[in-house]
Amino acid sequence: MTATRDRNVTGTPFTRGLGVVTLAGIALLVVLGLFVSPADVTQGESVRIMYAHVPGAWLAYLAFVVTGISSAAYLWKRTRSLTWDRIAGASAEVGVLFMGISLVTGSLWGRITWGTFWTWDARLTTTAFLFVTYVGYLAVRGLGGSHHQRARRSAVLALLAVLEIPLVHFSVRLWNTLHQEASVAGRGTDVTMDGLMLFSLFLGVFVFTLMYVWLVLHRQRALALQDMLDDTGLDAALAARRAEAVA
Amino acid sequence: MSGKRRAFASVRATARLIAVKDLRIERRGRVLTNQVLPFALIVMVMFAFALDSDAVLERVAPGLVWLATLFSTLFVIARSFAVESSDGALDQLRTSGAPSAGIFLGKALALMVQLLVLVVVLVVAAVVLYRADISWQGGVLLVTTALAATCGLAAVGTLYGGLSAGAKGRETLLPLLVLPVVAPVLIGATRATESAFGTNGIAVGEGWPWLGLLVVFAVLFSVTGAIAFGSLLDE
Amino acid sequence: MDDLGFILGSYVVTFGSILLYVVSVVRRSRRAGRDIPHEQRPWT
Repeated sequence: MTATRDRNVTGTPFTRGLGVVTLAGIALLVVLGLFVSPADVTQGESVRIMYAHVPGAWLAYLAFVVTGISSAAYLWKRTRSLTWDRIAGASAEVGVLFMGISLVTGSLWGRITWGTFWTWDARLTTTAFLFVTYVGYLAVRGLGGSHHQRARRSAVLALLAVLEIPLVHFSVRLWNTLHQEASVAGRGTDVTMDGLMLFSLFLGVFVFTLMYVWLVLHRQRALALQDMLDDTGLDAALAARRAEAVA
Repeated sequence: MSGKRRAFASVRATARLIAVKDLRIERRGRVLTNQVLPFALIVMVMFAFALDSDAVLERVAPGLVWLATLFSTLFVIARSFAVESSDGALDQLRTSGAPSAGIFLGKALALMVQLLVLVVVLVVAAVVLYRADISWQGGVLLVTTALAATCGLAAVGTLYGGLSAGAKGRETLLPLLVLPVVAPVLIGATRATESAFGTNGIAVGEGWPWLGLLVVFAVLFSVTGAIAFGSLLDE
Repeated sequence: MDDLGFILGSYVVTFGSILLYVVSVVRRSRRAGRDIPHEQRPWT
């Protein structure tokens, strides 16, 4: 097998183009978010965090939805394919990344606007649970075994998570009404959005979506390479074993 | 018998067999009584050391009971599957053609019985150590809460226990997987128990909605577990 | 930490961690890709 000193392993013309557009979008977003867009009437400059926090949160949810759908696609016999499993895994990784970012930025934003890094409202708590659940999912993916064992285990786990998260959200909501906690309105709704702010927010969502697609494509291909490597490793080991038997 | 009824009967028979086997193993090995219960009681004592105030203890007694239950449950789940992996019993079970739903329900049932014993002991401990106290209606609520909560815990525990059983490096995953999922049980059981104990002047009546939550949780995960258990066991 | 610090910090954390992730993915795929020739990759 020839070793290829290849700088670009999982790229294709499409991803390269996508990457360039994404970088431009990020630059534009940062400029708009940090400098050009106006400060908020009530929240002041701290609203700028919104352009990084909100898109991150939305994309994290999207990522987990994709993981759920890919998991179901893997489990359904007619569409069973390890590609679905790898997409589920890649999407979950990116989802955990974005959700972590969202929790941190949200915490910082909350510190400025509400004075606390954390509150126990239903949305925030459920988000934290979603984060921990998918960290567990990623841990299970690393358990080993054949590719299909991994795929089956993870797919069932992902669908169980889809069942669990609404239950958690509902319970925490019920729990909060006990304490008559003033519904901590999403910080976003406190913001009176003018045109440029709205545009920046949508730009943020768009740019983060591009980032998500780019990341999942590359990560999914990297996983495919890893799986191929495992397979050839297995083949080589089997071949060696057979050679031994013959000798 | 029609095919469906035969299938049902097989699931039920398997479940009973497995449940009896597990409970018999426990009766002989006495791991729950000799190891887990003492652990749970020590945890209750540790809470008293940590919280250092009779008033606080009495107020949070329900929460402490269910926290101690949750932590102990992790051990009971691990034990439930440890008895299978020796001699490859679990593999033999599966290849024997026994329906995985039956295996699931059997193990969950045995787990539930053990957890019930645990909860009873811990409630008594709370009454003794934290000076909680129960009225008659509170008692009814408490019993039904314990049944629903332990059923939910047993279903989730058997499901994820099957996943983390076996190979090294997996058992440590169990707490990480289980605890987030059973958060609704912790919330619901604690609130219902607060009503049963009358803590903070909460009326018994306020506990019943929480019982509803527990029942929904138990049903959802029992059904899901019966369906999904087979795929989580390794091939 | 004053407000400005938090705001800048948010952007740094956001794009910084994404960058770190990209680096780690690229590194891992280069390592795996070394032994697998171009023809076997379904996307080229």
